[in-house]
Amino acid sequence: MNQLREYYERRELLSNLVLRELRSRYKRSALGWTWSLLNPLSSVLIYWVVFGVFLKVKAPIGDPSGQGNFVLFLLCALIPWNFFSNGVTQSIESLVVNAGLIRKVYFPRELLVASTIGGLLVTFLIELGVVITVLLIAGNMVLPWLPIVVLLVILQTLLVLGIGLLLSGANVYFRDVRHFVNLLMPMLFYSTPVVYPISYVPVNWQVAGRSIPLRSIYEMNPLVQLVSAYRALLYDLTFPSIGSLAYIAVWSIGLVLVGQFVFNRLDHRLAEEV
Amino acid sequence: MTAAVIVDHVSKRYRLYHERNQSLKASLLRGRRARYEDFMALDDVSFEIKEGTTFGLIGENGSGKSTMLKCMARILRPDGGSITTRGKVSALLELGAGFHPELSGRENVYLNGAILGLSRREIDALFDEIVDFSGIEQFIDAPVKNYSSGMYVRLGFAVAINVDPAVLLIDEVLAVGDQEFQNKCTDKINQFRSEGRTIVVVSHSLSSVGDLCDEAALIEHGHLVKVGPAAETIDHYLSEILSVDPATLGIARRSTGEIKLQGVELLSINGGAPDVVELGETVTFRFHYDVKESVESPVFGMSLTSSEGTLVTGTNSKEQGLSTKVSPGRGYVDLVVPRLLVAKGRYHVTGTIYDSTQKTPIHEVGNLHTFEVVEGALRTSGITSLGGVWRAGA
Ligand SMILES: Nc1ncnc2c1ncn2[C@@H]1O[C@H](COP(=O)(O)OP(=O)(O)OP(=O)(O)O)[C@@H](O)[C@H]1O
Ligand SMILES: [Mg+2]
Repeated sequence: MNQLREYYERRELLSNLVLRELRSRYKRSALGWTWSLLNPLSSVLIYWVVFGVFLKVKAPIGDPSGQGNFVLFLLCALIPWNFFSNGVTQSIESLVVNAGLIRKVYFPRELLVASTIGGLLVTFLIELGVVITVLLIAGNMVLPWLPIVVLLVILQTLLVLGIGLLLSGANVYFRDVRHFVNLLMPMLFYSTPVVYPISYVPVNWQVAGRSIPLRSIYEMNPLVQLVSAYRALLYDLTFPSIGSLAYIAVWSIGLVLVGQFVFNRLDHRLAEEV
Repeated sequence: MTAAVIVDHVSKRYRLYHERNQSLKASLLRGRRARYEDFMALDDVSFEIKEGTTFGLIGENGSGKSTMLKCMARILRPDGGSITTRGKVSALLELGAGFHPELSGRENVYLNGAILGLSRREIDALFDEIVDFSGIEQFIDAPVKNYSSGMYVRLGFAVAINVDPAVLLIDEVLAVGDQEFQNKCTDKINQFRSEGRTIVVVSHSLSSVGDLCDEAALIEHGHLVKVGPAAETIDHYLSEILSVDPATLGIARRSTGEIKLQGVELLSINGGAPDVVELGETVTFRFHYDVKESVESPVFGMSLTSSEGTLVTGTNSKEQGLSTKVSPGRGYVDLVVPRLLVAKGRYHVTGTIYDSTQKTPIHEVGNLHTFEVVEGALRTSGITSLGGVWRAGA
């Protein structure tokens, strides 16, 4: 609760830091903000060619939307995934990158984590806007579902913030954290149904005469729930199950609480260690 | 008087890593975190800084002064004890403020203002003043990574001092600025003091600590050795600590502590506003001193420096054949100037006391006093006036 009040009291600083984040991101690059749209565009292109064309992954027909386009299927999950992946990797670095500021002035340092994520959230929302426009053009009437999309975005932001708080402090003490996360990120990517539909994951897996409930284990990953919820809302045009929303919320709020707790413990000697 | 800063049994421990490869593998193999030794940078330090005073922190390199200041600024958290501050604290630490190198001066001013708790509107209102004070209007939209170190400090100081702090912490940065800026800072600091705000300075320039500070603390190896009136603390430092180490005696020559200049008073017969003198007026510079040990015929010197930093003139009491023995206690000497003939502007007075050989300054204060010359009946262009009178020919 205290922390909430702190975020609120320093909202001016938070918005300033977010602005700084946004301004310095594309400083001295000719294309500037276009990059933030070019990057996801290029990954969509690659995944579409490799998975859609070469490997012939079939997008399931949206129920009730009737949509079957692989690129749209991809976009609905890839854009949230990018926010997650960039948010985690960049917020982990946010303290080390801003060492100069931490050593010279006092302010609540979690704002650096929050502002890094805030900057990415802005890009995410722009990309999401583009995707929604494309979906509307393609005949997916997503507008009624937008309030729940907003709720998902909030939950996802909290999730990323929690992980950022949890790991950014640790990364100051052990720079390995970042490398470790970089290693983990592609694994997470392929264990989340972004480039393939969840139906490709076998319900049961027979190993050495035993049957392992693979799908259930797979679905324990909150990112699977998150990506599926986005897809249900945007691609299928249906309500994701309350259970899965609650599951995401528990993870998000839990991670923020744990993250903030760990951050407070490490915050003590940040200025001298960074 | 209430205390602006209370330092209460503060200890700060640093970790000195023997091998600092912040790697998980190394620490896992060793079964714990990287091996380190605790290093007490501050050990049970207590003192109070009264509201509205200027306080100096002195000590050798590595004694813990910057650590103390960072604890006051809340950047570091003490491991033991506590620090209480009253009102907004703004700090200008070693090598200037926390600026983002890629952003412009303007963006950094807004960012730093926000960090110090100002709203956008408040910074808008202060912005012109900040830029004006820093004197770098021309570069305000250039990224700060292209600034010279002087420009960096100028902007940092301008922000730190203009955000209306109750307590200002300055760590050894002003020396980077040029003479003009240093004079500006001295003026601003004086104004700051007169407004009843509190300043804490860390400096190796004992003369400027003696000059600026009411009180001072001496820190050695993390221990508080002495706290009290600035002159006494400086004396203690010079006699007790520097005498042990001849290598550092270069500074010590500046003041042997036998006799100290306390200040200058400007007496003018017209008795107008204090420290404002009319061109051509008669003024007396009264140098107050405080003697600890008798000195045989000391020589008093003074020089005037313009606000641009040009040495305008200098004189000493030996030239005039003044020979006087000073005995312990307070006293003063007067320099009577029948007609003050320097052009209008601000001037800084430097005061020096030499021993009779005139080789060793016993005490020297760089910026003892500032006054202003205005034009009245007499006017002039350039830097001085001849004081002459025009007469028509036959
Ligand atoms: N982040 C740090 N980690 C480990 N030791 C540190 C750290 N910062 C400072 N120290 C040590 O603490 C001691 C006090 O440092 P500090 O910077 O306070 O000295 P100082 O009095 O300001 O010196 P100077 O006059 O050179 O500025 C020094 O021995 C220094 O090596
Ligand atoms: Mg220092």
